[in-house]
Amino acid sequence: MNEFQIKNSDVEYDAIIVGSGAGGGMAGYVLANAGQKVLMLEAGAYFDPRVDAHQLKWPWESPRRGASTVRPFGDFDASYGGWELEGEPYTQKEGTEFAWFRSRMLGGRTNHWGRISLRMGPDDFKCKDGLTDDWPITYQDLKPFYDKVDRLVGIYGTVEGIENEPDGIFMAPPKPRLNELFITRAAKKTGVKVIPGRGSVLTEALPGNKDRSPCFYCGQCGRGCKVYGDFSASSCLVIPAVKTGNLTVITNAMVREVLTDKAGLATGVSYVDKNSLEEHQVKGKIVILGASACESARLLLNSKSAAHPNGLANNSNVVGKYLHDSTGASLSGFLPQLLDRKRYNEDGVGSVHIYSPWWLDNKNLDFPRGYHIEYGGGMGMPSYGFGGGIQNRNGKVAGKDGKMKEAGGYGAGLKDDYRRFFGTGIGMAGRGTAIARETNYCEIDNNVVDKYGIPVLRFHYKWAKEEINQAKHMQETFQELFHTMGGIVTSPVHGPENNYGLEAPGKIIHEVGTVRMGDDPKNSALNKYCQAHDCKNLFVVDAAPFVQQGDKNATWTILALSMRTAEYILAEKKKLNLS
Amino acid sequence: MNRRESLKALGLTAISTGVLLQACKPGTDKNETAVNEESVPEAGREKFEVERNKSLHAAKFFNENEMATITILADIIIPKDGQSGSASDAKVPEFIEFIVKDIPSHQVPMRGGLKWLDLHSFNRFKKSFKDASAQQQIEIVDDIAYPNKVKPGMEPGVAFFNKMRDLTASGFFTSEIGVKDLGYVGNTPNKWTGVPTDVLKQYGLENV
Repeated sequence: MNEFQIKNSDVEYDAIIVGSGAGGGMAGYVLANAGQKVLMLEAGAYFDPRVDAHQLKWPWESPRRGASTVRPFGDFDASYGGWELEGEPYTQKEGTEFAWFRSRMLGGRTNHWGRISLRMGPDDFKCKDGLTDDWPITYQDLKPFYDKVDRLVGIYGTVEGIENEPDGIFMAPPKPRLNELFITRAAKKTGVKVIPGRGSVLTEALPGNKDRSPCFYCGQCGRGCKVYGDFSASSCLVIPAVKTGNLTVITNAMVREVLTDKAGLATGVSYVDKNSLEEHQVKGKIVILGASACESARLLLNSKSAAHPNGLANNSNVVGKYLHDSTGASLSGFLPQLLDRKRYNEDGVGSVHIYSPWWLDNKNLDFPRGYHIEYGGGMGMPSYGFGGGIQNRNGKVAGKDGKMKEAGGYGAGLKDDYRRFFGTGIGMAGRGTAIARETNYCEIDNNVVDKYGIPVLRFHYKWAKEEINQAKHMQETFQELFHTMGGIVTSPVHGPENNYGLEAPGKIIHEVGTVRMGDDPKNSALNKYCQAHDCKNLFVVDAAPFVQQGDKNATWTILALSMRTAEYILAEKKKLNLS
Repeated sequence: MNRRESLKALGLTAISTGVLLQACKPGTDKNETAVNEESVPEAGREKFEVERNKSLHAAKFFNENEMATITILADIIIPKDGQSGSASDAKVPEFIEFIVKDIPSHQVPMRGGLKWLDLHSFNRFKKSFKDASAQQQIEIVDDIAYPNKVKPGMEPGVAFFNKMRDLTASGFFTSEIGVKDLGYVGNTPNKWTGVPTDVLKQYGLENV
């Protein structure tokens, strides 16, 4: 292309959706099924798990044996993208650190996620301690949509009646593995609650759905599922929505900004085709952002106009602020009693079989909000790193002859140690509520653009005692559980010098809150239907509208909120409040 | 030790030095051709991944002496036994050649560790590690395979052997031979119905 030009399309869609993950996918699904003509723009490549998943491959089918050199969660993981994207930097402010994971592909991060599907509870929407701002909606407002998501997508779990861990409409959960029974027994002794996991994996046929088959227990959800046995936005929402004939998807379309008219209403978006580098403008009666919390904030802040000089939907000046990711800390080791264990297939499902919902009262603790625990371990498929650091384990237990062994070694005895230790590992990871703070934010870095010329995000995020004390409690709990089981900890034991192993913000990939909802346009960007206060035909359907996340993973709430927003859009159109 | 002896001990003869430098030079003609060839699209892989694998396969990192030493060490770490073949039967040396190109942070510790090993062997037995007798090789390995009883001065050897042990285990137990040896029986469609009854009984977990 010698001459710079922008290609304009004359078609005006009923709605343009930016992003094809949980939020964009659900909005597209609802609107397309209601007969709306929808255009979806995805910044990454097309991906259909049926064709593209690396499910059931063996480690030797990867030259790096599944190492995470190219893909952060391993060579067979589904995600295109990662912590760094070539030519698309982000920057940090004042020595703070935020890690930003971007999946650039149809379905976004729902292709590789852990499928752990938790509802937020009543106290997460309206807090009892007065520490954080309330959502403009209650659990009861969202409950019908959580119910519909459960039925539409499918989820396993058990009815427990825990007030702030609301039950759903569940399929039967997978049975616990051997290591999980040891954990369950130890947890009972120490007072930690353990219940069956809650995951969006079909342990039964999904009524009325002919496109998806039940799980066949390979435990590889993170690679994508060729029979659509788990939830990803590509297989469960976008691809079915395309089949209605009402949804058009353009991949490799990197959206630059939302276009508005003189009155300040959205008229469409401009994007660059990443392959041809051609510039495009497309028209829509409504614009819906589901680009991910930070990317949607970036889009709004980059969409400046005479009508919206501070960026679109940002009269309140809150866009980018209140960024928060779940806290995370972990511990791992092994159970000596599992040495030389009997072999059988315990791959199970690729989500959690058990977990610990928050079980204590924060009134008696030195941190205000709780966390849940996810557990790992078992006789999983070997991958790069298998048997690593055996010298830190094989000297800690007696050999087959009952005598203690010298750590390390080589030869036939060492070869047998690797066999003996197979399947003895246990991992524990806490995921906790982090406080949404105005002082943790992303903003436009005016000095840096990406390779498409789009100004990038700059992050400013600091943990505080509310999160650090929580991580300390996680470490103490994990150690107590290990001690009770007779387990041996092999990962580093963290202390105050590194915030008790508290992961850097962003690392848990639950970042939310950057375009928050609220009843007051002075301190929120969106109303209670995720509609911009300042631009009535603009909506945000990813995790950006979250006011305050609980310790629950964000996806199930994104799906329920997006469905609610899409239904609101349809109702408003019927009332002619939206064209 | 004069310079010629040292070089020989380290496997760096004039010829192999040349080969080594050539192999390390980025973008030799051969490699560039390989990279520029139109990649065959592969389901579920981005184009850059396919190209990256191709160029890593085309490049060579270890020289002959280094590969021979790696092979000896790998088979000392995981030998053939009644149950399965050795590390080299499972092509562990080839895996190590690939992985150090894939994960460049392995390169200096591996190359430097191999040099340390050869120098140590030469000082002790007047032979490179590869050319030392099997008994001499084991004597050296005995001094670097047990981190908790390392003798002063042998720490670099221990650090190298820890890495070599880890890479050998990774390569062996992710090979077809190794996965079978381990008794991993998953990665196949099945119905998970919980821990088998006899296993529950073995650990007294029937009522958990």
